[in-house]
Amino acid sequence: MKISQKDVEHVARLARLTVAPEELNTLTGQMDAILGYVDKLNELDTDGIEPMAHAVPISNAFREDEIRPAIGIERALQNAPVAEDGCFKVPKIIES
Amino acid sequence: MNSRYEVVIGLEVHVQLTTKTKIFCGCSTEFGQPTNSQTCPVCLGLPGALPVLNRQVVEDAIKAGLATNCQIAPHSIFARKNYFYPDLPKGYQISQFELPICEHGWMDIETEGLGKKRVGITRIHMEEDAGKLLHNDGNSSAVDLNRACTPLLEVVSEPDMRSSDEAISYLKQLHQIVVYLGICDGNLEEGSFRCDANVSIRPWGQKELGTRSELKNLNSFRFIKQAIEYEVERQIDVVDEGGQVVQETRLFDPDAGVSRSMRSKEEAHDYRYFPDPDLLPLDVSEDWIKRVRDSLPELPQVKILRYQNSMGLPTYAAEVLAAERPLAEYFEALVNHYDKPKLCSNWVMGEVLGALKDNQMEVVDCPVSPELLAGILLRIDDNTISGKIAKMVFEEIWRSGKTADQVIEEKGLKQVTDIGAIEAIVDEVIAANPSPVAEYQAGKEKLMSFFVGQVMKASKGKANPGMANQLLKKKLSA
Repeated sequence: MKISQKDVEHVARLARLTVAPEELNTLTGQMDAILGYVDKLNELDTDGIEPMAHAVPISNAFREDEIRPAIGIERALQNAPVAEDGCFKVPKIIES
Repeated sequence: MNSRYEVVIGLEVHVQLTTKTKIFCGCSTEFGQPTNSQTCPVCLGLPGALPVLNRQVVEDAIKAGLATNCQIAPHSIFARKNYFYPDLPKGYQISQFELPICEHGWMDIETEGLGKKRVGITRIHMEEDAGKLLHNDGNSSAVDLNRACTPLLEVVSEPDMRSSDEAISYLKQLHQIVVYLGICDGNLEEGSFRCDANVSIRPWGQKELGTRSELKNLNSFRFIKQAIEYEVERQIDVVDEGGQVVQETRLFDPDAGVSRSMRSKEEAHDYRYFPDPDLLPLDVSEDWIKRVRDSLPELPQVKILRYQNSMGLPTYAAEVLAAERPLAEYFEALVNHYDKPKLCSNWVMGEVLGALKDNQMEVVDCPVSPELLAGILLRIDDNTISGKIAKMVFEEIWRSGKTADQVIEEKGLKQVTDIGAIEAIVDEVIAANPSPVAEYQAGKEKLMSFFVGQVMKASKGKANPGMANQLLKKKLSA
């Protein structure tokens, strides 16, 4: 096993997902299978090959520092579940 | 500072850049606009929107890197830093992790009593800012995304500082540099220059670093100093009582003068960085670096040395004049018009700064331009006016914007150098003050300044003081 139930719980917590205890076994098995599949790439010999951060061999796509019109407050807030006074309204964050 | 523990401080500074637009979209970065009025699909984090890098941000990062002796990476990439917070609409911040644009720099800072000290700069990377969380009173918070995607440089130092004073010295110098470069407005209160301090203690002689805490919310140099000092004392107390310092983020409350724990770092800091597939890698050519290097202004530390060494200014004057770029530019323009740096320095430090302060004005708005001021100094030089009258002329130019020659002409301020005219006044003064004359002749030579003063007064300041002095000496000793 590449992955433990604890790993799954940890990743779920980071992703803010609630995982029911009865799902844990299934998910652990599935994630382990996915990682095992990707692990196949390790069979390739990559010595002497430069790591790349992108699939296409191009770089430096820039824009100039020129202002473009914003979309407007109304449209910006259009998809907000709750909006008030020109702001997105969210549950209060409690720092503990 | 403490006999048992050595204090170790590393600083992370977020420098907000002065670009007109955000780092990955064309929305304006102007401060103080209506909430969410400067947003678009990219900075709102809407699905399908593609970020495109602002060239000016790269240019500014290169400037900052060169000014702090960093190596500029020929190849760098952007990464996603994943975490959840309501001010971060995408659920990740675009930043740089592996391969930042600048690394391995340093700055020499001034220290109290120990001379210059070199502080390492680990890295400088580009990233986007988050939005702003406005706390309502009730059970909700309001989110303003105007600031989301605003370009930042994060400047990370090595843990090389050993006291709060060294930390402040480092910050002030970094602040001066980014403002000089014109890449940051330097406004601490508006959050344009934000500092987090990593503070730890260790017994003297120990090599390994102690567990650090990270202090946040430090928006003035004074608070930074207070917060660091408070934290050092707190950690010493913890250790002395047999406890252990835990790695945590602490928020400084300047009103109470204390910090409190925000969150333990263990889980919150699993950011799962990975290269952002939305952004292409960045290649910076030698040629680009050279172009930026050639465009850099002379930096304050270099200026101070030049003012001292080739202009002969005292250290204090050099530091004041070089502290801010607009003032240095004013001073240098003045020297260009009138090549006596010491006299120029006296006038800028005295009259110009004084009048600006009295009128609460910035040097760029000074009504007496360097050229107009040089006009006054030239007239002192050729004896048209005395230094005292020159100050009146300065005030008049400040009000009217006229040239020195116009003011001197219109107000009839031309110095009297006609020997006969001054002699007449000298005679009057001697005749009107028989007892001081007697005292002077009995040996009280200090009275000479009294007589000169009387002559100047009688001539309404227009008599040439040197000539008055000579004539008085001659007549009184006769």
